[in-house]
Amino acid sequence: MKKKKNNSAFKPTVKTSEWKKNRSLYLMLLPFFTLFTIFTVLPVLFAIVVSFTDFNVLQFPNFVGLSNYLSLFLNDDLFLTAIKNTFILAVIVGPCGYILSFIMAWMLCELPDKLRVFMTVVLYGPSLSGNVYMIWTLIFADDSTGFANSWLLSSGLTNEAILWLHDEQYMMLIIIIVQLWMSFGVGFLSFISGLQGIDKAQLEAGMVDGITNRWQELWFIILPSMRPVLLFGAIMAITGAFSITGTALTGFPSTGYATHSIVDHLNWYGTTKMELGYASAIAVILFVLMIGCNRLIQKFLRKVGT
Amino acid sequence: MNAIQRIKASGGFKKSFVRFFTKGRANRSVGGTMFLLFFIACFGVFALFPVLFMLGNAFKPMHELYRYPPTILPENPSVQNFGDLLQYANESLVPFTRYVFNTGILILIGCIGQIIFSAMAAFPLAKFDFKGRGFLSNLVVYALMFSGAVTAVPNYIIMNYLGLMDSLWAVLLPALASTLGLYLLQNFMTMLPDSLIEAAQIDGASYFRTLVQVIMPVVKPAWMTVFIFTFQNLWGNTGGSFLYTENIKPLSYMLSKIAAAGISRQGMASAASLLMFIIPVVIFIIAQSNVMETMATSGMKD
Repeated sequence: MKKKKNNSAFKPTVKTSEWKKNRSLYLMLLPFFTLFTIFTVLPVLFAIVVSFTDFNVLQFPNFVGLSNYLSLFLNDDLFLTAIKNTFILAVIVGPCGYILSFIMAWMLCELPDKLRVFMTVVLYGPSLSGNVYMIWTLIFADDSTGFANSWLLSSGLTNEAILWLHDEQYMMLIIIIVQLWMSFGVGFLSFISGLQGIDKAQLEAGMVDGITNRWQELWFIILPSMRPVLLFGAIMAITGAFSITGTALTGFPSTGYATHSIVDHLNWYGTTKMELGYASAIAVILFVLMIGCNRLIQKFLRKVGT
Repeated sequence: MNAIQRIKASGGFKKSFVRFFTKGRANRSVGGTMFLLFFIACFGVFALFPVLFMLGNAFKPMHELYRYPPTILPENPSVQNFGDLLQYANESLVPFTRYVFNTGILILIGCIGQIIFSAMAAFPLAKFDFKGRGFLSNLVVYALMFSGAVTAVPNYIIMNYLGLMDSLWAVLLPALASTLGLYLLQNFMTMLPDSLIEAAQIDGASYFRTLVQVIMPVVKPAWMTVFIFTFQNLWGNTGGSFLYTENIKPLSYMLSKIAAAGISRQGMASAASLLMFIIPVVIFIIAQSNVMETMATSGMKD
């Protein structure tokens, strides 16, 4: 087997002037990027500009320089709590959820096609139904009728009901559990499609070359050949992990702000208080955090399978 | 008959067990396969729970819906909720079919447009080197990371400025330029061997033709996935702050209004949420069944 070419960009072989050569390429980019600029880039730029003002939707904004950013870090203790909580959630849920959804996708792709489709539907079902949290509020209900409490009480492990969703001791843990369970989303589906695209000839060649078990096959063949999909999944995992909000379970504001995350803080200022300047500054900080995290992960993913 | 013959041919139950669950791969251990099935089953049970609950709720009479502690399956199942829903749909001011039509239009244009637009943009970004490629690629990735909560106001202003307020385009156009679809397709196309494109170029195909005839069939799993995301997004879209006229509101708006009416309509609402769930599931199953091993049939050896 020839050595697989690096995933570098394919260079057109026709040699004409730069613009003429690529004209049709630019034309293909045009429709998407026109809409993209209008409906995504412009609003984001607007938000970044607004983060330097005291815009509150009603009055004409005044330029306030870095004051929003300064007061976030110097005067807003709650924001620091939010950063801490978001970091705890992201560090645990991000990598674990990512690995879990990949392993699950990989396992499913071993199954016969019909069984695979069935299990994919089952696992993705909660994401389709849109009522994913409900079952967990039943399990972790605060009184003795909740599934968790009634089991603990009847087995004699406790003698009073635990306030799962309102006791600072447990709130974080429960959000982590629920988020991990919910990790079979966008990333999971793209992993499944990515695994379907792997060249079967390569797997057969691997078997001839002495790959004896599924773990070797995973590390030496599957992971390297689907690196771009892994990258996509990683970015989904990052955006997901940094945007976690537990309000559906623990309510807003959560008891003692134990699960108050950056996104909770952002929504509070952006949609309840309507202090859009301040909320935009939070969004920009979150944005910078995600970009930094993305850089790190890209570096790490380049080393996979080598 | 066939299965038994196969078991005999492959020798021993253990081997055929592994072969059945791993599509006939020889280098798989029995223990590993057992573990794999157990692992999948555990998560499957947990994921089925909320779905079962919703299914049960739709067939529960009112007094069972509010029983505490809640039961998963109804004791006296009835189709009363669906009857109520049907009656409600018949009596609504705007005919029910109008909502279905609106949602249908949104999904039809949205899904096809999204796949075409993002594939057209993803192909150059994934496979060619030109001025601005790096910049555009980064822009797409970064756009995925900006929180939507603060862009709602500028979005509204832009929509108003363009005069798209209160038309289906206000929902459609942003959906067409969804970054998720582009980024997914771009990453899948990056994985294709360059020789595939080189071959098409030698045959004299234009870039666009290469995309349509060579690339798209090979990345079918990817755009099927994009289709699922777009469908899900538009199916659940209620029109938000952009649609005012009742005539152009989508189905999900009409059904979400039922639940908003309070306790007296909870039965109907749970029937409606089952309906809202079943259709994406059917679409999802069709799309997933199409996510087959396309690479194996593309005939490319790198």
